Amino acid sequence: MPITTVFTAEIKKISILDEHANFDEKLGDGLIPNEDLLKLYEAMVACRHLDEVAFRLQRSGRMGTYPQNMGQEATSLGAAYVLRKDDWMVTCYRENCGLFWRGVPMEAILLHWMGDERGNAMPKPHWVTPIYVPLGTQMLHAAGLTLAAKYRGIDRIACTFFGDGAASEGDFHEACNFASNLEIPVVFVCQNNFWAISTPSKINSAAPTFAQRGISYGMPCVQVDGNDIFATVYAMKQAMEYTRKHGKPYFIEMVTYRLADHTTADDAKRYREDAEVESWRRKDPIIRLNAHLKNLRIWDDDKEVALKEKVALDIAAAVARAENITPPERTDAFDNMYAETPADLALQRDTRHTHSLGQDPSQLPIEAQERAAQMDAAAFAAHAAH
Amino acid sequence: MHLPFDEWERGARLTAIMSNPMFREPLSIAGAHREIEFRDAVREAMSEEMRRDKRVYLLGEEVAQYDGAYKVSKGMLAEFGAARVIDTPISESGFAGMAIGSAMLGLRPIVEFMSWSFSLVAADPILNNAPKMLYMSGGQFGCPIVFRGNDGAGGQLASTHSWSVEGLFSNVPGVKIVIPSTPADAKGLLKTAIRDDDPVFFLESERLLSMKGHVPEGEYLIPFGHAAIRRVGKDCTLCSWGRPVHFCMEAAEILAKEGIDCEVIDLRTIRPLDLPTVVASVRKTNVAVVVDQSWSFASPGSELAAQIHKHCFDELDNFVHRVHSDDVPTPYAAGLEQEYLPNVRKICEAVRSATYRA
Repeated sequence: MPITTVFTAEIKKISILDEHANFDEKLGDGLIPNEDLLKLYEAMVACRHLDEVAFRLQRSGRMGTYPQNMGQEATSLGAAYVLRKDDWMVTCYRENCGLFWRGVPMEAILLHWMGDERGNAMPKPHWVTPIYVPLGTQMLHAAGLTLAAKYRGIDRIACTFFGDGAASEGDFHEACNFASNLEIPVVFVCQNNFWAISTPSKINSAAPTFAQRGISYGMPCVQVDGNDIFATVYAMKQAMEYTRKHGKPYFIEMVTYRLADHTTADDAKRYREDAEVESWRRKDPIIRLNAHLKNLRIWDDDKEVALKEKVALDIAAAVARAENITPPERTDAFDNMYAETPADLALQRDTRHTHSLGQDPSQLPIEAQERAAQMDAAAFAAHAAH
Repeated sequence: MHLPFDEWERGARLTAIMSNPMFREPLSIAGAHREIEFRDAVREAMSEEMRRDKRVYLLGEEVAQYDGAYKVSKGMLAEFGAARVIDTPISESGFAGMAIGSAMLGLRPIVEFMSWSFSLVAADPILNNAPKMLYMSGGQFGCPIVFRGNDGAGGQLASTHSWSVEGLFSNVPGVKIVIPSTPADAKGLLKTAIRDDDPVFFLESERLLSMKGHVPEGEYLIPFGHAAIRRVGKDCTLCSWGRPVHFCMEAAEILAKEGIDCEVIDLRTIRPLDLPTVVASVRKTNVAVVVDQSWSFASPGSELAAQIHKHCFDELDNFVHRVHSDDVPTPYAAGLEQEYLPNVRKICEAVRSATYRA
C-alpha cells in the first residue's frame, strides 16, 4: 500500500450563546453560576464605558493614542475568568476587560495610555506582564515564563493573547514551536478580529481558520465564538484542564470583531464597509449577554441604569486618580536603565540641563566635581604604579 | 529544585567586586600556572556559576547533545542535565525572547548564539526588548541574561557569518558589552556577567577559542569597566579590545625595535568604558591610536576617539588615529580577509603616522 494517511485533523467551533441570545443548555448549563455571570456582565459594561471615556479624553487632548476594546470584551474576560489567579496573563494591548477582572486598577491602564512610564508597572500580585505594543514579543515571554515555572517546579500556566495580524509574526511560530517541543503549558489565544489596522485577516492567512495553525505544532486547537462569554469560558476551561494535565500548549482562536477604529489615530471608515460593521454590531457580546440575563430574569432596565451610574462614577474617579498623579521628574527617565546606574549615565542625568550631553564634569555641583576629580586621580595613581 | 519563591527573586546583586590589581598585569598572569584553552575558560565560568546558582541555565542551538558547535559546553549536559542545558530549535529570535520571559520569573539564562552574526534575526528581543525591559516595565522586571557567542571574522566564514556586532549594538543604552581577549579574562569576566543583573552581551572570537593561556583555578571575578594595561610604554597609547589586542601586542614589539615605545590598553568592556585609564595613559604619551575590528562609522572606536579628543584636548600631539576593518563586507578570500581586518601592518603604520615617524 504505497499511499497511506499519516495524519488527519479537524477544527471544531464552539458556540453556546449566539447573537440572538439562543442558549445551548447542553453545553452552557452550570458552566457559569448566575452571580458570576452578573459580575462578568458588569465587567464588560465597565470596560465598554472606559472605552468611551478614554476616546473622549484622547479627543480632548488628555490622553495619547488609545486602542478601544469595543466588541472584544468577552475574549480576554472569558480567559481571565477561568485562569487561576496566579497563572500568568501575558497580553497584547486590547485585553482591558480581562486585566480589570484580575484586579489591575483602571488607573494603571489609563496612566499607560496617557503616556506615563509608571503605568507600565503592573502590580505584581495580579501576575500580568506590561502592555506589549510590538506584535509578537509577548508570546515568547509567555513561553519563557512557563519554562521558568516548570524549571522551578511551580504549577503555573501562561495565557498569551495576540491578534490575527500578530499570528503572522515569526515570534508566534517560534513561540508555538518552543512551547510544543519543550512541553510547557501555554494557552495561545488568537483574537481574530478580522482587521490588523487596515490589513484584512485574509491577507494574514489564506487558510479557513487561524485555529488550524496550532495543528502544525502538535497542539489541540479549537475555534470559538469570541463574542460569546460562555464559549470563551468553555474553551478556556478545556484548555486549562489539558495544559495542567499534560504540561503542553493549547491553541484557541476566538472569532470576534473590532467594532471601533484600530486606535484613536485610525479611521476605519476608510477601509471597511459600514454594512460589515453593522452586521457585527448585532453580534455584540454585551447585547446578547444582556438579553440572556433578562431571559434568566436576573437583570432588568432599572439595574442597568444603576450599573451605568455606578460605572460612570468609578471611572471618573479612576481618571481623576490617573490625571492627578504627580508628573514625572525630568530625571526619571534615567532610572531603571540598569540595576545600578553607571557613573557616566548618572553624569548625563545630573547635567542634562546643559548642552553638552552630560560629558563635562565641570557642569556638576561642586561636591560631585570633587568626586570625579578623585576618581581621575585614582586612575592616574593606578597608572603610575606601572 | 522547588524553592520558596523569594529565594528565586533578584537580589544576589553584584555589589562587592573590587578591582583586582592582578588583572591589570600583562597577558600571562602571575601565580596562575595552569594553561587551558579559551573555550575551557568559558565553560569553567559557566559551570562554576551553574554549580553555585541553580537559577542559571544555558540554552542555544546544539549546546547540549552536541556539546556546542564549538565544544564550549562540552560535558555540561552530563553534569547539569537536560533541564539546565537546553537544545533549542534553530530560531534565535525564539530562544532569545523565551530567555527574557524566563528571566521575568527569576531565572538567569545564558543564551549561546552559535555566532553573533545569527543574533541579527533576534534583533527584536535582544535590542528592542532585553535592554528596555527594566525601563518599560516601570522597574518591575530586570533582565539578568548573558548573550554569548562568536563575534568577528572567524577565518574565511565570509561576510554573512563574520559580523563584529559591537559596532551595531554598542549604540543601544541598557546593555553591557564585554569583549575578552584572553582565557583568564574570559573566565573572570563571564562569571561577573552571569552575576550581573542587567543584560550582558559577551563577545567571544572563534579565532581565540583554541588559544591557551594561564587561567587561575577556582573563584575570581573581573569587574566591568576596568581596562587592563597589557604593555607599559611612553610614546603612544594603543587602545583595543578582543582579538585585535593581540595584533597590538605584536605591533608594539615591532615598533619597539624602531624606537617607538607603545602602551597597550585592553579595554575588556566597551559598555562600560574605562575612560580614566585611557585618559591617564594618553596624558602621559600624548599620542593615541584606537584599534577596533568593527567598521569605523559610528563605532566603539569612534566613540573612544571622540572621548579622548575631549578629555585630552590639550595633551594630544596629533589627532587620534583609528584602525578599523575596511568599509566593505568581510571578504571570503583568506588574503583579503586578513587585509580587511585591523592587522599588525595597519597598526604599525597608524602608530608611525600618529608619532610623526612615517
